[in-house]
Amino acid sequence: MSQHTESAAGRRLARAVRDVVFVDGVRTPFGRAGDKGIYAGMRADDLVVKCIRDLLRRNPSLPAERVDEVAIAATTQTGDQGLTIGRTAALLAGLPRTVPGFAIDRMCAGAMTAVTTTASGIAFGAYDVVIAGGVEHMGNHPMGADADPNPRFMSERIVDPAALNMGNTAENLHDRFPEITKERTDAYAVRSQQKLARAYEAGRIQPDLVPVAARKPGSGWTLNTVDEPPRPGTTVDDLASLRTPFRAHGRVTAGNAAGLNDGATAALLASADAAEELGLPVRMRLVAYAFAGVEPEVMGIGPVPATEKALRQAGLDISDIGLFEINEAFAVQVLSFLDHFGIDDEDPRVNRYGGAIAVGHPLASSGVRLMNQLARQFEEDPSVRYGMTTMCIGLGMGATVIWENPHHEHYGQDAA
Amino acid sequence: MSFERYDELAALVPTEIVSHSYVQDVTLAEGAGVLALITLDNDLDHAKPTTLGPNTLIEFGRTLEGLKDRAARGEIQAVAVTGKPYFLVAGADLSTVKSVKSEHLGRLMAELGHEAYDLLADMGVPSFAFINGVALGGGLEIALAANYRTVSSGASGIGLPEAFIGLVPGWGGVYRLPRLIGPANAVKVMIENPLSNNRSLDGRAAYGLGIADALFEPADYLEQSLLWVARVVNGGEAATTVTRRRAELARYDDAAWTGAVAAGRAFVETKTSNAAPAPSRVLDLLEAGLTLTRKESAAAECTALAELMQTPEFHATVYAFLDLVQKRGKRPAGAPDRKLARPVSKVGVVGAGLMASQLALLFARQLKVPVVLTDIDQARVDKGVAYVHAEIDKMLDRKRLSQDAANRVRALVTGSVSKDVFADADFVIEAVFEEMSVKKQVFAEVEAVVSPDCILATNTSSLSVAEMAADLRNPERVVGFHFFNPVAAMPLLEVVRAPKTDDAVLATAFVLAKGLKKNAVLVQDAPAFVVNRILGRMFGEITAVFDEGTDATTADNALRPMGLPMTPFTLLALVGLPVGQHVQESLHAAFGDRFHVSANQQKLIDAGVKGLWQKQDDGSYSVPDATLALMERGGSPSSTDEVLRRTQDALADEIGRMLDEGVVAAPEDIDLCMIMGAGWPMHLGGITPYLDRVGASERVRGTTFHQG
Repeated sequence: MSQHTESAAGRRLARAVRDVVFVDGVRTPFGRAGDKGIYAGMRADDLVVKCIRDLLRRNPSLPAERVDEVAIAATTQTGDQGLTIGRTAALLAGLPRTVPGFAIDRMCAGAMTAVTTTASGIAFGAYDVVIAGGVEHMGNHPMGADADPNPRFMSERIVDPAALNMGNTAENLHDRFPEITKERTDAYAVRSQQKLARAYEAGRIQPDLVPVAARKPGSGWTLNTVDEPPRPGTTVDDLASLRTPFRAHGRVTAGNAAGLNDGATAALLASADAAEELGLPVRMRLVAYAFAGVEPEVMGIGPVPATEKALRQAGLDISDIGLFEINEAFAVQVLSFLDHFGIDDEDPRVNRYGGAIAVGHPLASSGVRLMNQLARQFEEDPSVRYGMTTMCIGLGMGATVIWENPHHEHYGQDAA
Repeated sequence: MSFERYDELAALVPTEIVSHSYVQDVTLAEGAGVLALITLDNDLDHAKPTTLGPNTLIEFGRTLEGLKDRAARGEIQAVAVTGKPYFLVAGADLSTVKSVKSEHLGRLMAELGHEAYDLLADMGVPSFAFINGVALGGGLEIALAANYRTVSSGASGIGLPEAFIGLVPGWGGVYRLPRLIGPANAVKVMIENPLSNNRSLDGRAAYGLGIADALFEPADYLEQSLLWVARVVNGGEAATTVTRRRAELARYDDAAWTGAVAAGRAFVETKTSNAAPAPSRVLDLLEAGLTLTRKESAAAECTALAELMQTPEFHATVYAFLDLVQKRGKRPAGAPDRKLARPVSKVGVVGAGLMASQLALLFARQLKVPVVLTDIDQARVDKGVAYVHAEIDKMLDRKRLSQDAANRVRALVTGSVSKDVFADADFVIEAVFEEMSVKKQVFAEVEAVVSPDCILATNTSSLSVAEMAADLRNPERVVGFHFFNPVAAMPLLEVVRAPKTDDAVLATAFVLAKGLKKNAVLVQDAPAFVVNRILGRMFGEITAVFDEGTDATTADNALRPMGLPMTPFTLLALVGLPVGQHVQESLHAAFGDRFHVSANQQKLIDAGVKGLWQKQDDGSYSVPDATLALMERGGSPSSTDEVLRRTQDALADEIGRMLDEGVVAAPEDIDLCMIMGAGWPMHLGGITPYLDRVGASERVRGTTFHQG
């Protein structure tokens, strides 16, 4: 039931690419996967549904029937994450039946890909308004469970089987970059915890969290309003003693990597015109995005070529990027990115609110969390013109999205 | 205050499945402070509803005491109660309440509820109930005791069914509800709904009446309820909206209150002839409650509960409702293993008359398989199919079927003048004229066409199934499938096992019954089976006393204390005098003189009279002189008491014989049949508990149907 600002006939003839804006984004508090986690026993689809409903509640000027698509990512698309979760979530959220939906998967960059894919549809004129997000209940769906890798990966050495385990790829990255030591990754991880704690104290995180009621046998209903994974008091000494589960005398630990988590995210995107028509806030403008492949054995380096590609498309230099939201699957992967671009480990442009090492990484949901946080930082800091959300992806990929800050004085001045 | 005084009550039910009061502190949004959230949870899945027994209530009360202390210390700013998924609480644990053997203990049970609920009403901080699902009886009364309520639009089963069960909403419901939603609506919830097939409300209706202050959708019901609580606690617009809404919904004066009570009494009289004590007791409490304080009303409520818990009507209702309808009705005694059942993918109906057409509609609608009707000429066939299509259109108009579903059902029902269409049917039921030779011929013709596995069923109400099957090649395929009229509305199905009926056929019959959403009871192949035989015996007694000279009013109203859904003569007129006479004659043929065949009734039939009573211009009913003139009656009238006692004894005698003959497995099946097939009241327990109570079974048989 979309009412496009352009006429259909217009699009059949000449076509102008339309500007895409990030209107709003929310997420559930993240939980620790497993029997003791806050979402143990809960369904993944219910987590997404709560995000979608809150998104609509927060934007009352948007009539639900104007949503043209619901794209929801999940890495494992079976059980409570199966059945075309974008469509089921739309129905369960009470969106009109006229609103379509689909499921999408690019492992950790699922939600990010849901955003870029639907954004492309907006730019093309196929959609005016979309909901894009992701979910992963890693308690219900342990990583790689039920996956059936083709034996050719091994027999033809297409991918080292060890590369299917993300922890191994992080150790491989340490091998490639000996200058990234365990001391550096642990120190980085501690700072991630500290930055998240400060962001919580300053109330930067809470506004975009959707409260989730959950019930546990033997203890009744409770309301989850904050993330479960953070360990704010963590010190370097605490981390030094942790096991290195992927390799004896290795460097990757539970402390300098993101955990196994449950959570969901959802964002509202629109064409700039539709946002104006519907009175929706513009919190970021999409400038460019790119995906790139790397050797699966060092998948963590993926953000580097993806970023170079996106910068090239945008006609920007890395020095033009005033804020980075980089997913912290592993500290080593973040540091390899920073080293590549000559950015200091403690550069204040990077992950101001901390990152996945502290807050958690429910695989396919994380992309939108990065965007929510970048949008908040844009609001706080109008001096920044461009920001970036980027993440590494299993099987050797990277994803980067470059955004423009609408609060900046030159916003939109050289937009195409 | 302490809950120790209830220890002796708790000790009564050492095996109670306790619904625990789990408490979690929730930090409310918008700086509204901390809410202590109680979840009532028995730690079992949704197939096991949470209920209220003494131990549950004591734990709930003690939890509230603790929270009240915390509230006084300023640790919490609000308290809320909710339930496990799909239930707030399904009400008092009836089997426990039934086992409360003395008025003293009953009073304790009543007081326990008040003591716990009054705490919730007066926590020192605002209290809330989140009606997330089923909230019946004492469950809803928890919500009513809280200061504020939300309800889920996905909830159903909300109500105060006590009047139906044989109790009163005596944990404060009868006092609090009218003050919340007005006396007229309170009568609707406490009287009209319970006495109308125990109807209940869904979330939207409960909100509409004002039982809840706010309505939220199920997808994030608890989250939104908690956000709303924060806003109410903070005293903003949410709080003023509640106040304004309540003022509108509870607008009434003393006259409205009195009028509501009077309307309730009239309703009870119409529905139950005041045969059971509970509904009137509810209205007594409501009437008195207008001028009583909460405390005074509580005392009256406790007295009423303590007394009613000891009444036979309450015990009979629990027996009928729990043991029969909810248990035995769902697992019919004597049904073979359902694994033996054969699939039924096409149904044939022989005959296209009214009964046959109703059957065709039922099979098509519920089983969603092709149904084909046959009759002797095209006009009859067309009429039968047209009836089905017209009924489907009515359902479409009433939105009970969607257009697509209506199209589907309509396309399933076809007709033919040739029985060849039964060739691929798995189940063929006959509903032709009640005449043995006709039925035998029909079965022979059908057997010639169908596969060896095809089941042949008869909807006969009085003929021998065994005889009907006798000349068939495969008599083991025949089963009786006796529906009640109107087929769509009456839940009973008598499944008749003839001596040769095999287990696979019988198993299929029971699985089909379930698919048709009917309650099947296994009966043996005895004349008129269960319901018609018992009704026939009753009709026989009433027509006999009338023929002997008892006046119509006395004869027809003598059974009023039983609270039957209608008087015998009214029911006879509804069934149709010729049909009634036919059944009576076949019963007489089978069993002899204990089934009276009224010559007078035959005279009325011959004269074309439809029934004894005729409505007069002023709306009253009387027997016209012209009707009386048709009949010859004796000179030895009986009194009301004599008629009642005579009928009780006759029923005890007949039921005793049926049990001796093995027509059904147990008196429970008799009761189930009378409740489901004749609408006899739950407070009679069907019939046998009543006959025990009034001494009829002892008088006639020297023993009772039920022991202990």
